[in-house]
Amino acid sequence: MTDRSTLLKDAATTSALAKAATGISGFDEITLGGLPAGRPTLVCGGPGCGKTLFAMTFLVNGATQFDEPGVFMSFEEASEDLVKNVVSLGYDVQSLIDENRLALDYVRVEKGEIEEAGEYDLDGLFVRLGYAIDQIGAKRVVLDTLEVLFAGLGNSDILRAELRRLFAWLKEKGVTAVITAERGEGSLTRYGLEEYISDCVLFLDNRVEHQITTRRIRVVKYRGSAHGTNEYPFLIDDQGISVLPITSAGLSHSTNNEAVSTGVASLDGMLGIGGFYRGSSVLISGTAGTGKTSLASHFVEAACRRGEKCLYFAFEESPAQIVRNMRSIGIDLEPMIASGLLRFEAARPSLFGLEMHLARMHREIEKFKPDVVVLDPISSLRGEQGEVHSALLRVIDLLKSRGTTALLTNLNSAGQAVEGTDLGMSSLMDTWLSLVHVESNGERNRGLYILKSRGMSHSNQVREFEITSSGVQLVSTYLGSGGVLTGSARIAREAADAADALRRTQESTRKRRDMERRRAAVNRQIAELQASLDAEEDEVSEWLTQDEARENSYLRERDAMATRRGAAE
Amino acid sequence: MTSEDSDAFDAALLDQGDGEAVDDGHYNLRLYVAGKTPKSVAALSNLQKICAEHLAGRFRIEVVDLLEHPQLAAGDQILAVPTLVRRLPPPLKRIIGNLSDSERVLVGLDLRKEE
Repeated sequence: MTDRSTLLKDAATTSALAKAATGISGFDEITLGGLPAGRPTLVCGGPGCGKTLFAMTFLVNGATQFDEPGVFMSFEEASEDLVKNVVSLGYDVQSLIDENRLALDYVRVEKGEIEEAGEYDLDGLFVRLGYAIDQIGAKRVVLDTLEVLFAGLGNSDILRAELRRLFAWLKEKGVTAVITAERGEGSLTRYGLEEYISDCVLFLDNRVEHQITTRRIRVVKYRGSAHGTNEYPFLIDDQGISVLPITSAGLSHSTNNEAVSTGVASLDGMLGIGGFYRGSSVLISGTAGTGKTSLASHFVEAACRRGEKCLYFAFEESPAQIVRNMRSIGIDLEPMIASGLLRFEAARPSLFGLEMHLARMHREIEKFKPDVVVLDPISSLRGEQGEVHSALLRVIDLLKSRGTTALLTNLNSAGQAVEGTDLGMSSLMDTWLSLVHVESNGERNRGLYILKSRGMSHSNQVREFEITSSGVQLVSTYLGSGGVLTGSARIAREAADAADALRRTQESTRKRRDMERRRAAVNRQIAELQASLDAEEDEVSEWLTQDEARENSYLRERDAMATRRGAAE
Repeated sequence: MTSEDSDAFDAALLDQGDGEAVDDGHYNLRLYVAGKTPKSVAALSNLQKICAEHLAGRFRIEVVDLLEHPQLAAGDQILAVPTLVRRLPPPLKRIIGNLSDSERVLVGLDLRKEE
């Protein structure tokens, strides 16, 4: 049956087979359109695996989204109970009934109340169902759970013949029917209903692994149509049912060359393009208390400031706690939550299984359509290494295919080799920031370096990472003769350097002053010498003047003497 | 199906099926059928025989054809046909089948204790 040619033929006829969409997100994808229209589908599974809710969702969505009214014939639950039970899923069945878009009929089958005396058939049921279908023009029918008839009525030969007739009749009516059945021992259903309904069989399952329950759905067969064959996790919560067709997509994501700021200017500066690539995956890993959440919050804040939508999956802290803690470092996330740009989705990792987390994330992402998604931290997701890896791979795939920037934080346990950990995530990541503790001189200081960043040049430096009341700041570490110094060692070293510098300045100032003084002294000496020279000069010139005077008077006396002598002769 | 039974069936058919049962000390029995099939005609015939024998003068039989009054099927919780409902005296009793097994019918109507 499952040979290649059959599969190919199935695929080829897919378009020919009319489908009735269930409106259950994900399910219509794995069945390539929904349930076979106008034919009965068998939904089987153990107790509490969601058969009734699946069936009800099929009807409610039919009535509200596809304008196909439906009839719910319940053999187990009274109509009022049924209405009440699905209120928790957000279905307002009562008003659909009032608007004639949905009909509920509770068929009470109580063995003790019925006496069998002779031959009978189930025409009463046919009439009832036919009447309900005609009343509202139903296109969809649910019979939940037909097997109750086997317990209520003794003659199973009649019953089997009548069921066969019922399914033929439903087909004739052209309604798309969902028939639920309990799973049996060694067979799909307890009473072998799969013998009668062979067009489409779904199997729901509810398994507990590691004390965590995961619901799964599988298309056992689907005549005339190709379909996903895996087990797909699905979840039931206040949003109804969602199935997750998480088959890893091909690597065909388009890329984006735009840079988005990390929210920390100095970190932007370390990355060649001034931030992360939009749509890339970023991993921030580090040991406890290295500031992973702080860095993530910076990024979120920056994105919100740009008017982008952020979805923050918190696995370890409550949103209120994160908001409070981030306020202490000057990041106020409150207004961003209020404006609807930022949404927190917090859930303990142990609350559900990995697949459920994935399912939830998947659905929230599809619904909120964020530009930025934060997973904080991925290390708290539980499960086997391989499973966690594949789950994360799928999340990252999803985000990449949507062009959403993903920021994941990962807690390394102390002493672990950084590169060796991180759930083998390295290859999935475009940018990887590593936060480390540098321990020295009785201090722990934070350091940050970029382990890798695809497609851009980036700093090779280890920066000291400070968390201050005004946010995260990166400080260049001291890189000098003393090696890489951080914290107070760095501060001490810087102080020493500053003192050195001061001393050098003081020295030169002193030298300059000395020189000045010396110049002044020399000048003074010059002045003194000049003065004494001047004095000497004065003396000499006075002497010369006197000498000349003396000469003159000698000459005058000699002349006078000669004159006197000449007169006496 | 004898013509006698067939006429009796037609005569017993109820036009309006939603009347309240009046408690006049009689057995108020209602037979739900879906069309005039051999099974339904036989059921009425069998019922009339049993009543004549065990409830002479103390019973009233109405036949409801669900093909005519399909809305009654849900209200009266009819699933299989023919279904005989003992509306009075209380409690309400249901017997399904063509009533060929008169012992079971008598047990079902509380006319004979199950042995």
